Amino acid sequence: METAGSQSYLSTHTSSRWNRGLLSWFMSTDHKRIGIMYGFTMFSFFGLAVCLGLLIKLQKLFPGSSGWEIIPPEMYGATFTLHAVIMIFLFIIPGAPAVLGNFMLPLQIGAKDVAFPRVNLLSFWLYCFGAIMAVVGILLGAADTGWTFTPPYSINTRSISIFGGDFDSISWMLTAVFILGWGTILTGINFIVTIHRMRAKGMTLFRMPLFTWSIYAASWIQVLATPVVGISLIMIVLERVMPIGFFDPTKGGDPILFQHLFWIYSHPAVYVMILPSMGLVSEIIPTNSQKPIFGYKSIAIASCSIAGVGYLIWAHHMFTTGMSDTASIIFSFLTFFVAIPTAIKVFNWLATLYKASITLTPGMLFALGFIFNFSIGGLTGMFLGSLSTDIHLHDTDFIVAHFHYTMFGGAAFGLIGGIYHYFPKMFGKMYSMKWAKASFAFMFVGFNSLFIPMFVLGFYGMPRRYQTYPDMPIFNHFQMASTIGSWILGIGVVLLLTTWIRALLSGEKTSEMNPWNSSTLEWQTATPPTLYNFEEEVEITRHPYDYETFREEVKKGTSIGATNE
Amino acid sequence: MSEQALPIEAFHHHDEEGTRLGFWLFLFTELLLFGAFFIIYSVYRSSYLGDFKLAAESLNTTIGTVNTIILLSSSLTMVLSLDAIKRGASGLSKTFLLFTIALGTAFLVIKGFEWAAKFDHHLFLQTSNGIAAGKGSPLLNPGAEMLPPGQVLFFGLYFIMTGIHALHIIIGAVWMLIVYAWTARGSINKDNYGVLERCGLYWHLVDVIWIFLFPLYYLVA
Repeated sequence: METAGSQSYLSTHTSSRWNRGLLSWFMSTDHKRIGIMYGFTMFSFFGLAVCLGLLIKLQKLFPGSSGWEIIPPEMYGATFTLHAVIMIFLFIIPGAPAVLGNFMLPLQIGAKDVAFPRVNLLSFWLYCFGAIMAVVGILLGAADTGWTFTPPYSINTRSISIFGGDFDSISWMLTAVFILGWGTILTGINFIVTIHRMRAKGMTLFRMPLFTWSIYAASWIQVLATPVVGISLIMIVLERVMPIGFFDPTKGGDPILFQHLFWIYSHPAVYVMILPSMGLVSEIIPTNSQKPIFGYKSIAIASCSIAGVGYLIWAHHMFTTGMSDTASIIFSFLTFFVAIPTAIKVFNWLATLYKASITLTPGMLFALGFIFNFSIGGLTGMFLGSLSTDIHLHDTDFIVAHFHYTMFGGAAFGLIGGIYHYFPKMFGKMYSMKWAKASFAFMFVGFNSLFIPMFVLGFYGMPRRYQTYPDMPIFNHFQMASTIGSWILGIGVVLLLTTWIRALLSGEKTSEMNPWNSSTLEWQTATPPTLYNFEEEVEITRHPYDYETFREEVKKGTSIGATNE
Repeated sequence: MSEQALPIEAFHHHDEEGTRLGFWLFLFTELLLFGAFFIIYSVYRSSYLGDFKLAAESLNTTIGTVNTIILLSSSLTMVLSLDAIKRGASGLSKTFLLFTIALGTAFLVIKGFEWAAKFDHHLFLQTSNGIAAGKGSPLLNPGAEMLPPGQVLFFGLYFIMTGIHALHIIIGAVWMLIVYAWTARGSINKDNYGVLERCGLYWHLVDVIWIFLFPLYYLVA
């Protein structure tokens, strides 16, 4: 007899009280539904922030003397702050763990849900609440501190509401980030406990898929780093309300201290963004190469050591603040050190591709794009990590290009590739391959033509966060190239979102369990997964990427998960 | 889809050890949260050593000691409450829980008097609007009587750190009231006392933080 648990999670309600409509989603403690809700919210914000980014680039099309003005100077700061706050706090920090981590982590380790399903839902609510607060706050008050909230400017500046009168937009935003932070801490705790306590029989730590490993490393960073920044941001709020002077030099405080506290979190946070995407790439590449990933253990350990070393290099954001030379040299050394585990991963992926039978699925294209972009982002990071070049390149467009290569070209490409990879499993629908590949082509070409010119601009001294620039050929030409690149990228993003929406609305239905022939556990169950993920107790008997055994299992019809009797 | 759908809770197995692991991680984040304050404190203490000593002298060590004893005793009654429920004596457990709540409240009352005394000496945090209106306190209002920056930072940290600590005490006390109600209802009992145990862990954490606050603010003079 068919039980409720054997129905697709999309058609079955998960709680007896709210069983249909939007509430059956918004009140659901099912990890799969929560993951999808994160996905919809995050990519809506992503679309909004992309539009702001396009506006910023449009402003840079002509120099100020041409009289061409899209964003007035007083609004320019608010525009890039809104772009950054949305992209960082609402899109890329929740990122892959929130969407695919929630959806795939229990499936990958053979669990029925995460350890604390209700806390998981609470995390999502906190995310929604914080997101609304941040966007309302920044839209009403036009805060222009940048996403780093560096004092004393963030303490002293007063923003004016668009409705006139005082509106303390910065305090709103800071409180919102604090709330978002608690959401990610709870998610982190949830994932750590899930991985430690809920693995299926036979799923030893070194039989876990690499995406799970990367989520594990990222979760530790979230738990260990977020509280520190949370309380520092709250201190800025307190200082705005009660001028004590913790970080205000005119009152005896030390603004550099805030920068230390801020980057103690915000540097490890970049690994929260990138590690899960690396994990996704480590899933996509062996699947589409149909062979075991090269150096499984070294990738797993590299994830953890990136998380560990990443914790010790925050002050490389602060080489120009006048901190001690000894500290600068140590932080510079450690910055170079973190490149080692990162490079190990890249070489392992490339070695996996060697002599493989590669299928260029959209997911694979984005994964390869990830490797290309992330290598550029990582190597330019080495320029910035060395003390003397950093003095020249600090606060220029070079930095902007560098972190977009790691965050957008890296983290976001990995996430998008992951969603293409898992899309048929998640929804039981297939997207149009042609459209998906076109979206990759436009995004890849557009992204690179947008940001490569910015490396050059930065090198020639174009400061970041400036609304305008002098009318000089070197600036004009590269700014124009960059703006044209932004249009190509914009087309790519539109294509991407339409491909997904079209697939959801009218995509070809599929119940194929394993469309890409992947050997990991999450594919060995129904499509879309049933409410309880697996019909029977799962027992793992082999390595996740053991393709030889996997092919034999497929022949015999006994692949792990054993859901297809 | 005619049959009664199973609520998702049906397969949520209860994993006491996993819950404990998660709760310890949560306690660790609380510790890090205060850790940031301790860093800020030590940075400013090293740059304004004299001011910090002078300002600390104005705090009443006797009251601080009394409060420390109160809070430590409350940790004892908390442990006794947990011990009672483990032996099945839920009535005794409830009594000790009430003692713990009473001691926590006593701590807050004493802390309140202490703050009030500081306010009487015009040592209080003030909003920027108040300063603009000329309702100055010597702590913050620029003027002849204004304290040196080191002391302003000391009192600023003092009020905010003890304030956030007091907030944790309030949360702990409310949680204990809930635990009390659940014990009375019987849902916390000899075989199922995980909630009481976690509440106790939280209370001990709040206690331990005070053990650090006390010497940093009262004994350094």
